[in-house]
Amino acid sequence: MCIRSVEGLRRASALAAFAAAWMGVAAPAGAQGYPSRFDFGATATPEEVAAVAIAIPPDGKGLPPGRGTYEQGKETYANACAACHGDDLMGVTGLRDMPRGAQLRLVGGRGTLTQQRPIVTVESYWPYATTLFDYVRRAMPFQSPGILSVDEIYAVCAYILTEANIIDKTTALDAETLPKVQMPNREGFIHDPRPEIFK
Amino acid sequence: MTASPDKSLTQVRADAIARALQRIGEPITEAQARSLAARADCDCKEGMFALAATRRQMFGGTGLAAAVGMAAMLPGRAAAKAPPGAVEYDVPADPTREQGRMTGVDGGYGSRSQFETEVRWVQPTRTSSWVPMQNGWGMITPSGLHYERHHAGIPNIDPAKHRLIIHGMVDRPIKYSVADLKRFPTVSRLYFMECSGTTGAELMRANAPTVQRTHGLVSTSEWTGVPLSTLLKQTGLKPEAAWVLAEGADAAVMTRSVPLDKCLSDALIVFAQNGEAIRPEQGYPMRLFLPGWEGNISIKWLRRLEVSDKPFMTREETSKYTDLITKTGKARIFTFTMDAKSVITFPSGDMRLPGPGFYEITGLAWSGRGKIARVEISTDGGKSWALAALQEPVLPICQTRFRFPWIWEGQPAVIQSRATDETGYAQPTHQQLIAERGALEAPGMFYHMNAIQSWGIAADGSVKNVHPLG
Repeated sequence: MCIRSVEGLRRASALAAFAAAWMGVAAPAGAQGYPSRFDFGATATPEEVAAVAIAIPPDGKGLPPGRGTYEQGKETYANACAACHGDDLMGVTGLRDMPRGAQLRLVGGRGTLTQQRPIVTVESYWPYATTLFDYVRRAMPFQSPGILSVDEIYAVCAYILTEANIIDKTTALDAETLPKVQMPNREGFIHDPRPEIFK
Repeated sequence: MTASPDKSLTQVRADAIARALQRIGEPITEAQARSLAARADCDCKEGMFALAATRRQMFGGTGLAAAVGMAAMLPGRAAAKAPPGAVEYDVPADPTREQGRMTGVDGGYGSRSQFETEVRWVQPTRTSSWVPMQNGWGMITPSGLHYERHHAGIPNIDPAKHRLIIHGMVDRPIKYSVADLKRFPTVSRLYFMECSGTTGAELMRANAPTVQRTHGLVSTSEWTGVPLSTLLKQTGLKPEAAWVLAEGADAAVMTRSVPLDKCLSDALIVFAQNGEAIRPEQGYPMRLFLPGWEGNISIKWLRRLEVSDKPFMTREETSKYTDLITKTGKARIFTFTMDAKSVITFPSGDMRLPGPGFYEITGLAWSGRGKIARVEISTDGGKSWALAALQEPVLPICQTRFRFPWIWEGQPAVIQSRATDETGYAQPTHQQLIAERGALEAPGMFYHMNAIQSWGIAADGSVKNVHPLG
C-alpha cells in the first residue's frame, strides 16, 4: 500500500479492503463462521464520555466555560510554568531529565523557519491557539498535570499569546475568543508529498 | 527416603527457599515454602528448588553446613551481581558433576543467562531507550529490549480498571474492558515499529558512536490484537466520519488524529507482544498499532477513540512530529509512513575487527510500504554495490535480516547498505535528503531521516560512524 497523501485516500478503497479482510476469514468446514456483530462491551453513557472527551479541535468545539486574562495568567505562569519554561518564556537550560532549553522556549523565532537552526516556538510554529489550551489542560505542568483550573488555563494561554505578540493584554480568552486567535504560522503546513523522488 | 532432617535444618532450608523465591517474584508464600521443606517424605523435596542442598550434602554428614552455605549465597550478593533480566546462580566448576537447578526455581517465568548483559541505552532526558542492535540476531526484538519512547513516563495501569471508550460520530458509543477486547476474533502479525525521529541527529554529521545510538529506535515484534475495523463496525460510523482521535491514559494523555481509512484497513488494537501481554513500556494493557507508520501515532495505554470529521490538530501532530522543510519554511503535516531504511549492525560503530579475513556483514532492512525487495552492500564507500542475501521469511512492514560474505583485506574501507522496497523506493543519500528538504541543525526536529548509513573501518580494524559530508 502506497499512501501519497491523506486527501488522496478514498473511503471507498478502504471499505473495500475492510470487506475483503472479512471475506478472507475462511471458515473451516463444519464451523459456524464468524458473526459480523458481537455483543461484547457496554454502551458508554454521555457522562462516561464527557469525563474523558477533552480534546479541543481548531473550531473550539468542547471548550469549557471559563475565562482568563493576561494579568491572571502572569501569576499562574510564574507559579506553574516558569520553572521549566523560564521567567522570560525562553526555556530553562540544564534541567535534569528535561529537554534542552531551546525546546522549552515558548516565544520568539518568527522568520527563522527557513534557517538551518530554526527557532521553533508557540509563537513561530504552532498553527492553532486551541492546541495550546488542549495541551496545557491535558499534560501541563509536566510534574503535576491536571492541577490548573479552566480559568487558569485560559489565563496562561492569554499570558503566553500576549508575550508572543499574538494578542494584546486586554484580550481575555474564553470559549468564544480562543478559537478566533490567528496564529502567525497558521498557513505554515503542507501535506506530505512522500514518497520523494530523489535526483 | 526415611531420613528426617532436624528442625534447624528444615528452618534453614525454608528460609533459603523463601528468600530465593522472593527474589524471583514470590510465587509462593513463606508458609508454603516452610511446608514444602518440612515434608520430609516428599521425593521432590531436595530437587524442587535448585538452590537447595543436594541429597548427598543433606544426608552425608555435612548437610547442615552445606545448607547454611547455600543459604548465605542466595539473596543480597547475588541480586547485586545479576545483570538486568537475569538471576545470579552459582557456577559449578564442572556442570556434568552435579545436578543443575530444577524446573520451577525461576517461579515459572524464565530469565536470560546471567552472562548476557545487553541493555537498552537510555537517552539523557530519560524519555527514550534504544535497542542494542549491534548484538541482535534474527528479526525479532526481545520484548525487554524493544525501544521505548514515552512522553510522560510509563503509567502503571490495572487492567481490571482499564476501559477503551469509542465515541463521537458513531451510532452507538461503546466501552470495552480488556476482557471484552480479548473475546473478539484476533490476528497476529509481525511488524516493525520505528520512531520517526530515529537517526535525525545523523543528518548533518556523524553524531552517535554506535548503531544502538544511531538507529536503535526501531524494533520488531509479533503483535496480537483485534482489527480496529471490527470495533468500528460495532459502534457504526456516521456518514461524515473521516478521522479518529486516539488518546492514551498516560500523564501526557498522548493524543493523535488518525485518518479513518487507516483505521478501517490494517489498524489493530493490540494487547499482546511476542506471545504474552504487551509490556508496560509498550502500552499495557492495550495500544493502537498502525503498521508502517511512525511509532508515536500508535498510541499506548489506549483509553479513548473519538470519531470525527476533521483532525484535532493536537500538540503531537502540529508542534511535534511535523517535518519542517527549511528550503521553503513550510512544514509537512501528517507524515505517517516510514520510508525504506536499512543499517549494517555488524560490523558497526565502536567495534574492532581482530584482523584481516572473513566476516559476515549483517544488518536489518525495513519499509513502512511493504516488503523489502533487495538490500545492496557496498564495501568501497558507495562506488560499487552487490546484492545481500535476505533471510526468509521476508514479510511486509517487518524487519528483514540481510547477510553478505566479505573478506576484509586489512585496508581502510567504508561499508554501507541500501534497501529498496517492493514499491521500488530506494534509500537516499544524506545529500539527496538535504537537497530535497533543506539542511537542519535541530536534531530533534528532522523526522523520517532514512539516509544510507556508513561505517568506516580503519587499517587497525576499528569501526567508526562516518558521514559522507565529512
